[in-house]
Parts: sequence; C-alpha cells; structure tokens
Amino acid sequence: MNLLLLLDMVAAGRGDETAVQAGDDRLTAAELLAAAWTGAGVVAGASALAYVGTNSLAFPVGLFAAAAAGVPFVPLNYRLSHDQLHELLEPLGDTVVIAGGEVAAALVARGHRVVDAEAFVAEARAAAAVGEVPADGEGPAVLLYTSGTTSAPKAAVLRHRHLASYVIGTVEFAGAGPGEAVLVSVPPYHVAGLANLLSNLYLGRRIVYLPQFDAPGWVEAVRREGITNAMVVPTMLARICDVLEADGSGLPTLRALSYGGARTPATVLHRVMALLPDVELTNAYGLTETSSTIAVLGPDDHRAARGGGPVASARLSSAGRVLPTVEIEVRDPLGDPLPAGEPGEIWVRGEQVSGEYAGREAPLDAAGWFPTRDRGWIDDDGYLFIEGRSDDTIIRGGENIAPAEIEEVLLRHPDIAQCAVVGVPDDEWGQRIAAVVVPRAGAALDAAEVREFARRSLRGSKTPDAVTFAEALPFTETGKLLRRVVQADLLATP
Amino acid sequence: MKLRPGQKLHSAVCGAQVVVVKAPAEAVDLGCGGAPLLGDGDEPAGAAALDPTLGDGPLLGKRYVDDDLGLELLCTRAGTGALTVDGRPLLVKGAKPLPSSD
Repeated sequence: MNLLLLLDMVAAGRGDETAVQAGDDRLTAAELLAAAWTGAGVVAGASALAYVGTNSLAFPVGLFAAAAAGVPFVPLNYRLSHDQLHELLEPLGDTVVIAGGEVAAALVARGHRVVDAEAFVAEARAAAAVGEVPADGEGPAVLLYTSGTTSAPKAAVLRHRHLASYVIGTVEFAGAGPGEAVLVSVPPYHVAGLANLLSNLYLGRRIVYLPQFDAPGWVEAVRREGITNAMVVPTMLARICDVLEADGSGLPTLRALSYGGARTPATVLHRVMALLPDVELTNAYGLTETSSTIAVLGPDDHRAARGGGPVASARLSSAGRVLPTVEIEVRDPLGDPLPAGEPGEIWVRGEQVSGEYAGREAPLDAAGWFPTRDRGWIDDDGYLFIEGRSDDTIIRGGENIAPAEIEEVLLRHPDIAQCAVVGVPDDEWGQRIAAVVVPRAGAALDAAEVREFARRSLRGSKTPDAVTFAEALPFTETGKLLRRVVQADLLATP
Repeated sequence: MKLRPGQKLHSAVCGAQVVVVKAPAEAVDLGCGGAPLLGDGDEPAGAAALDPTLGDGPLLGKRYVDDDLGLELLCTRAGTGALTVDGRPLLVKGAKPLPSSD
C-alpha cells in the first residue's frame, strides 16, 4: 500500500479540517494532497527528494510530493557539516534538495539542485493538481539514516508497505476526537518525526510543528495551541520538567504524552508523574529499521507503577509489551530462542519491519527475522526490558555486563547529573569498566566515593574499575549517548 | 479472483473502494452489494443492482476481515453495498486501540 493512499483517505473523510500547521500557516488534508501532486512536478525527473532543515510544512508536503513523484524522500540532519551532507547526497544520484540559507548556498556550490523550503511549499500550493493514487507499496518511501551511536550511520530503506502497515496496524482511521492536536518537536530526520506525521494524520489529529525543540517554547506552544498529545525524547522530558517546576502552571489541555528514543532515567519519569498526574504516559520502543514503535508501555502500566507494587514498579523501566502485529524473540549467540527472563539479542519480525539498508545486504535471517542489535529480556507476562546495544555490552572476565544497569545505579546518586559507562581494553580482564561522571553544578565528588556508592548496589565485578569526571557528555540531538565518542575520548586520554 | 496485498478494487454498484491488506492463498469471490468487486480496468459483467438485504456498506477507514480465509480489506471510500466473500458477509475488524505512541 502506498502512503499517498492514506492521505487520500484522510482527504476524503476529513478533508476540510486542519491537518498540519506551522506557526499560523495551515493546510487541510485536501490541500496537502493537492500540494503533493503539484509538488511532484518540482521533483519530476529527479531520483530522490532530500530534506535538510528544521520542522516546517515543507516536511509533510515534501514527503507526499516525493511519493506522488515515485521517488524516495530523504530527510537529513541539518546539523551535519556541508561536506558530510554532500557525501550523503552523492550516492542518491540526481537529487532535488529542500534546504535554506547557508546550507542551500553550500550545496549549490557543490553542484546540487536546491529548492528553498518556503518557495517549494508556495509552488506546491500554487495549483491544485490531481493524480492517480498508486496502489503499489513496493517502492522506497523514505531513506532514513540511523543514529549511528555505535558505528557509521546507515540509510534504512523504509518502503511504502512498511510504513503503511505500521499506520493501519497501530492506529484507527479518524480515531481522534474533536479538538485533538499533537505537538511535534522531534527532528524531521528522526523516525519519530516521520511516525508522528503519518499516525496523527491518519488519526485525524491536527499536527502542530515546532521548528526545533526548546523547553520554554514547547510549554508555551502546548498552552497556546491547546495541545492534547505529544511525543518527546527523554532529554526533552527532563527540560520540560525544569520549566514546569519553575512556573508551576501545569499543562491543563495535555491528555497524553509519549516518550521514547532513548532510555529514560527513573528520576525523570518520577518528576513527570508528579508534575503531570492526570496525563496518560506511554513509553514507546522502536528502531528506525522497524518503522518506529514495536513495543509500548501504556498508561495502565504507568498507573500500576504509581500504585507501588514491586512488579509494576520494576516494569516502569521496561519497554512494555510488543505490538500485536509484531513478533519478537530473544536469542542466544547461536540464534536459538531463549526462555523468559534470560537476556540475549532481540530479534523481530512483522510487516512494518524493514531491516534493509541502502547499498548493503539486509541482515534478515531466512525466515525474515531482523536482528535489532539491542540486548534485552522478556518477563513472564511479556514485558520487554532493554539492556542496551549489543555492541555496548562490556565483557569483563567473560561476564557480559550491560552499561545501562550500572548507569542506572550511578544516576541515583544525588550529586551525579549524567554518566556514561563503557568498556575499555584491559590486559587482565579483556575489558574493564570505566565510568565518566558529570557532577551536578557545585557538587564535590571523588572517584572513590562514586565507586563505593556503586558497590553498595552492584557486585564487585560490575563496579566501575575507574571513574573519571567530565563537564558534559556527547549526546545525539534525540538524547542518545554517543558511546563510541566517550570510549575514544577515554582511550585518547593517557 | 486471486488477490495480492496492495491490490485496489472498487464496487460495481456503489462508490465503495477497498485495498487488499491480507490476501488468502486461494482465489476467492469478492462482492459488494451482490455484484463482483472490480479491479482497475475490469468491466462489469452486466447491469447489476445493489442488493440491500446483504447488509450495510463499508465505512471509510474500517478494515473488513474473514479470519478463516486470512482475508483483510481496508475501505478507502465508503459505499452502500455490503462486502462479501464467497457469498458470506465480511466482518468489521474490531481492533482494541493501542496507546498513542506517536
């Protein structure tokens, strides 16, 4: 199934309601569909439509215009250097790039066809073209670069059928009640930005874009626009808490808040639950390669955790249960499924699962299962606990150690603001455990004290062998820790 | 008719349009309002009248299933003729809504 068909249905069913909005500029679903067909003319003859910029109406118009032109849409991180962008664009062939300002000039100088975001939207809206909605779902709809926290970024190929399966399998067409509006502040080059657009459009929720996230701006937009729903990543959540704690006014219109994209510290989650007691919380777990969410910890689970039972409380750190449309297995290194409770690599299968990368062999097994390269385990009731990336696992003296478990303990120390635990080569143990700690402002901490604090909750083999201090840690914009950078920095420091 | 996922079909007797989400392995007879559903370019066999005794027409965005056959259709345009497979009515898929994760 083609993504245009989803938009076509919304245009037929709820075509005169605002579908997308940025600032005061709005498009109904019918206008978005017409703009997609007209915008396809701008893309005609090109091999792909790339998008380099913050959130704007050019993102939804571009996505559907690319679909109408039958070429992939390629959102790129606008924070990359001009040379990095050029390197990612080169293999795409004759690409039209939506970009503005300095980036646009730099890309033109490197020989790319660039169209300004505002000019693109204006041209797409200038006429109301129509076309025959293709049924075919086989073509690539979006090429999306993975975060690349453990290796160089790869472009995941998300075909129309993957994304359409995700949408029709997880949300009810026109299921949104009157007045529902979602605030989208995740960046357009992240799979959450793509999923936010498609799911909410199909639900019939008004989608309000923030160009970029900043916490005061986000809180202000929720209040001004009467926002009922939003999705944020953990770093955003912590900053939103800071703003709400400082101004004490709450978010009266907000009904549901979902979070995901990286591990959420328990301390942040408890602040959210205290500050927004009436808001339904959902934790979403997914990957770029799986067309976004594959497991959810829903509002009922969060309520149960508030009740305080030990099992329910422990599940607050889980990714919840896998979607009914997705199959999951935890496997040992030989590829055999493991029983409940035993950690191993997480494999998934389902119609939304792509697992394909541009220009590389797909890592799927013969039966179509995709290795996520995340490690985790599943409890007796099907709750999925993510330990972290397989590549991050520290192997110390033959014991597999998940950095996340140690980080979670360290973050309970009142004077520790952030921390990263990584393995570094060691002649005796193979790897030893190194912790890099960012103390809270004004706090005095020493390494021995941090090790002693960790030792109280962890056995000796999991207690960091070395603790160093830093002023900040490297994160991606969506809150994922760049462990390979932490590791490289440690190795570079004598 | 042998179906494939993604295939578009339309009614011969009303405005209904559907897309095949899940296709059974075997060929089936799909109908709407008593007349065979048509693929792109198919001509109706003759003048057909809508049979209202078969039930209500499909609603936009609803999925219609026959679990025994492994058949699932998504309604992309509403209509007044009831959807049938091998003469039996298709059932609306009653999905329990998932928590909003987007």
